[in-house]
Amino acid sequence: MSGLLIEGSTGTWEVVVGLEVHAQVTSNAKLFSGASAEFGAEPNSQVSLVDAAMPGMLPVINTVCVDQAVKTGLGLNAAINRTSVFARKNYFYADLPQGYQISQYEKPIVGEGVVLVDLPDGSTKEVGIERLHLEQDAGKSLHDQHPSRSYIDLNRSGVALMEIVSKPDLRSGDEAAAYLTKLRAILRYLGTCDGNMEEGSMRCDANVSVRKAGDPLGTRCEIKNVNSIRFVKQAIEYEARRQVEVIEEGGTIVQETRLFDSRQGVTRSMRSKEHAHDYRYFPDPDLLPLVLTEERIETIKASLPELPDAKKQRFMEAYGLSAYDAGVLVAEQETSGFYEQVVTSSGDAKLAANWVITELFGQLNTAGKPIAESPVSAAALGQMIARIKDGTISGRIAKDVFAEMFATGKDADAIIEEKGLRQVSDTGAIEKIIDDVIAANQDKVAEYKAGKDKLFGFFVGQTMKASQGKANPGMVNEMLKAKLG
Amino acid sequence: MTDLTGLTMAAALDGLAKKDFSSAELTAAYVTAMEKARPLNAYITETPDQALAMAKASDARRAKGESRAMDGLPLGIKDLYCTKGVQTTAGSHILGGFTPTYESTVTQKLWDAGAVMLGKLNLDEFAMGSANITSYYGTVESPWRKAGDNRPLVPGGSSGGSAAAVAAHAAIAATGTDTGGSIRQPASFTGIVGLKPTYGRCSRWGIVAFASSLDQAGPMTRSVTDAAIMMGVMAGYDAKDSTSVDIAVPDYRAALDGSVKGLRVGIPKEYRVDGMPAEIERQWQQGIAWLKEAGMEPVEVSLPHTKHALPTYYIIAPAEASSNLARYDGVRYGLRVEGDSLDKLYENTRAAGFGAEVKRRVLIGTYVLSAGYYDAYYLKAQKIRTLIADDFKKAYQQCDVILTPTSPSAAFALGEKMDDPVAMYMQDVFTVPANLAGIPGLSVPSGLSSDGLPLGLQVLGKAFDEETVLKVGRVIEKAAAFSTKPSFLAGE
Amino acid sequence: MSMDKATVANIARLARIRLNEDELELYAKELSGIMGWIEQLNAVDTGDAEPMSSVVERLLPERADVVTDGGIQEDVLANAPDTAHGYYVVPKVVE
Ligand SMILES: [Mg+2]
Ligand SMILES: [Zn+2]
Repeated sequence: MSGLLIEGSTGTWEVVVGLEVHAQVTSNAKLFSGASAEFGAEPNSQVSLVDAAMPGMLPVINTVCVDQAVKTGLGLNAAINRTSVFARKNYFYADLPQGYQISQYEKPIVGEGVVLVDLPDGSTKEVGIERLHLEQDAGKSLHDQHPSRSYIDLNRSGVALMEIVSKPDLRSGDEAAAYLTKLRAILRYLGTCDGNMEEGSMRCDANVSVRKAGDPLGTRCEIKNVNSIRFVKQAIEYEARRQVEVIEEGGTIVQETRLFDSRQGVTRSMRSKEHAHDYRYFPDPDLLPLVLTEERIETIKASLPELPDAKKQRFMEAYGLSAYDAGVLVAEQETSGFYEQVVTSSGDAKLAANWVITELFGQLNTAGKPIAESPVSAAALGQMIARIKDGTISGRIAKDVFAEMFATGKDADAIIEEKGLRQVSDTGAIEKIIDDVIAANQDKVAEYKAGKDKLFGFFVGQTMKASQGKANPGMVNEMLKAKLG
Repeated sequence: MTDLTGLTMAAALDGLAKKDFSSAELTAAYVTAMEKARPLNAYITETPDQALAMAKASDARRAKGESRAMDGLPLGIKDLYCTKGVQTTAGSHILGGFTPTYESTVTQKLWDAGAVMLGKLNLDEFAMGSANITSYYGTVESPWRKAGDNRPLVPGGSSGGSAAAVAAHAAIAATGTDTGGSIRQPASFTGIVGLKPTYGRCSRWGIVAFASSLDQAGPMTRSVTDAAIMMGVMAGYDAKDSTSVDIAVPDYRAALDGSVKGLRVGIPKEYRVDGMPAEIERQWQQGIAWLKEAGMEPVEVSLPHTKHALPTYYIIAPAEASSNLARYDGVRYGLRVEGDSLDKLYENTRAAGFGAEVKRRVLIGTYVLSAGYYDAYYLKAQKIRTLIADDFKKAYQQCDVILTPTSPSAAFALGEKMDDPVAMYMQDVFTVPANLAGIPGLSVPSGLSSDGLPLGLQVLGKAFDEETVLKVGRVIEKAAAFSTKPSFLAGE
Repeated sequence: MSMDKATVANIARLARIRLNEDELELYAKELSGIMGWIEQLNAVDTGDAEPMSSVVERLLPERADVVTDGGIQEDVLANAPDTAHGYYVVPKVVE
């Protein structure tokens, strides 16, 4: 149970959350113009006359943006609407040059779907998708460049967004965070959005309300533009407690838009603003209904990659991994790809999982590096694991070898040679060390023979130490057993 | 030398081909005529230098034997078409000083065909009007006068500047746009030919939008043949306009030679409006008789929902306009009236920049789309639009073209019908249904009113069948042999 | 149908057109007349007619995902009443 229950003075409250995610479609050009959709550039340099809403300019839709929306819909197990309609959402704003946003209203391109969310306690939860629609991004207003003026840059204006609306199925900040994490993973697997929340290519609005168990939905507040998964969790938890407090003090919740202040960890009403929101949606007469053929949908379906849920299942079945390990490895497409390369080059799926999850992730974490920048390649890690398996090095020595690989980028064989770390598997050499250890510890031998079995580990340790860790631990065990009787 | 400005396009093309005169001479005559026509206020912007330069280039092409479909013909351009480097106003204060960095698709096609630009023609503000009295650049006067009455008359609207210029020989032809009758009604008021093509036939790219689902560009000329020539250049698919239709452009001029024998002309029984003058009815009957003589067969057709067309139009057009005109906000181009907040800047700019009729329609459009009213007005109007379009589809199972009067009256005096918006809207009662249904319509001058003013007949056709419309129009033109000239001619 | 001044003021606000008292009065009267005339449509039985947004009975044309435009900052800003450093400039927007 990962739902957040708030104990108030009048009883226990449940939190109800639905998320609206704006995900920037991965494409070269904008949704309705031929200007570049790339991030960051000179102001107003990635703007066509269409994006600047010059008189007489008309929109023409980008075919890849449509395909990406369909692909995402399929990845969300959602219904693809054979006919969808672009509508104008009319309002005046500095960074909205047309005076309307081209969006989809009554007939979105994607209908209901479902996402399987992995919760922190290891359980999973189905979260409903209400819809996904395509729409134009707005431009950007800069308010801090001049004391009394705002500066407008239309480079973002007209970039394609997918607005992905969940059902109000989430019950806590944790669940919301887990949903966002999963959604982001799916989008990245699909290649339909890079999921970069810092650059704003994925933005989240949260609709939050509270209610007593079994009651109908309470009045919701919309928290706008929360730009990290951690903040989404914080904002929801703060907002839920605020609402409970307001209600329990005899107040009522007013439906409004609020902003999350990440420095103070609180949500604030976007004062005034509320009056007269009337978007006057109507079908855009510059565009025709978007009709998708079965053939087009099938082609896109055939191009879908293996998604996290299917991959996790396969890792468990094919590699014998635990649900936890499989889940960790599939969270990012790069990680799962890296892991499978390690499996191929090492020939040992379980060892590969352990080394990737424990050692590689540990080192990457400490170094603050993403897996794409790992100094140890998948092939190199696989080769190192192969050296454990073929007895060249022990598992313990391997940790040192790996640390050295991570620090220098050298491969395992080079390090083993350089540092003389090759494991000793020579019977004669090991026998000699064991004889020396027994000779030096006659008192312990007597105790052992008298029945103090625990001392066996002592002899193993002494032998390994004397060999500087290089003796083959399996052989040491066997030979000690023979010598000590 | 002959009066060059008295020639039709077809005759001028002949003269140019035979080297009777050059485009430079023809253009110079029109530049003079344009100046002489200034009292009509038909032009907002004159571009004589550009015109003469284009004419020179045309003559050079012709000398090399590389002349094109409209080479050397001096046109006026409705100031709703964006023209690169030449101020474009849409007849509105709010576009004050706006000079496009781009050329509309249709005007580009005309220049590519060798045509010459004389200047930008006056119009009702944002093409909203039926009398050319709402322009920020002043009213346009018709070159016509009633017999024995020297009061100025309206040229019709919104392409009033185009109509007046072509009728007064201050342009050999002009572009117009037609959202509810804005090509056909002024054509009929001024005794010229005006064609509203099928929706999707001409690109809307680069034409200031009024009502996107209704707007169409079209030619305004002094003969049906000229309309066919110009239409052939203006028409065609444009990948930049998602509502433009990708079908081949036929040879409209060649189509004029075909026979109309056996074609059926539909006469809609519902097109008799209250208070329609008897002489309009007589023109209509005359038209039917001419077509019958030419071998066509009149059939009565029913367009039962057509009586709802006008109020339907006055929901749809303002709704689309209210959204299309939101971009005029004082930020990126045109007029700006400062305010101490962005909202105040918007409100001040739009209050000062839009005239009364534009404000009226933007307010209506905003209202019919607003929460709680959408279903009752906009959605309802869209459904009635379907019924109106279906009426035409059914009618065209029984006939090939439909004949109606273009307008319920001849031109009226400046100052008349101006205090009652609805009375003014009635001007478009016969033209609006074609816009709602997206079908082509042609107005051809057919005779004179008892006051000596031109009247027009309207030929409506099936979608993308401008060929038949023009062919039937040519029959009326021949039979009517309309040759009366307005009292003011700029070109002699 | 009669439209009061408050309604006109509300739609004028949505449309961002400043109207003074006299104009509110005038438009309330005129729009009442026009909307009253339009109201005749209430009596029309539309049955199961589909709403028509466009007469074009074609598929929506689509463009290739190729960058063919942009890089025209000068054109984009050419007609702007106020610009600075490549931006459009407006009175400060308070969020
Ligand atoms: Mg939203
Ligand atoms: Zn959105």
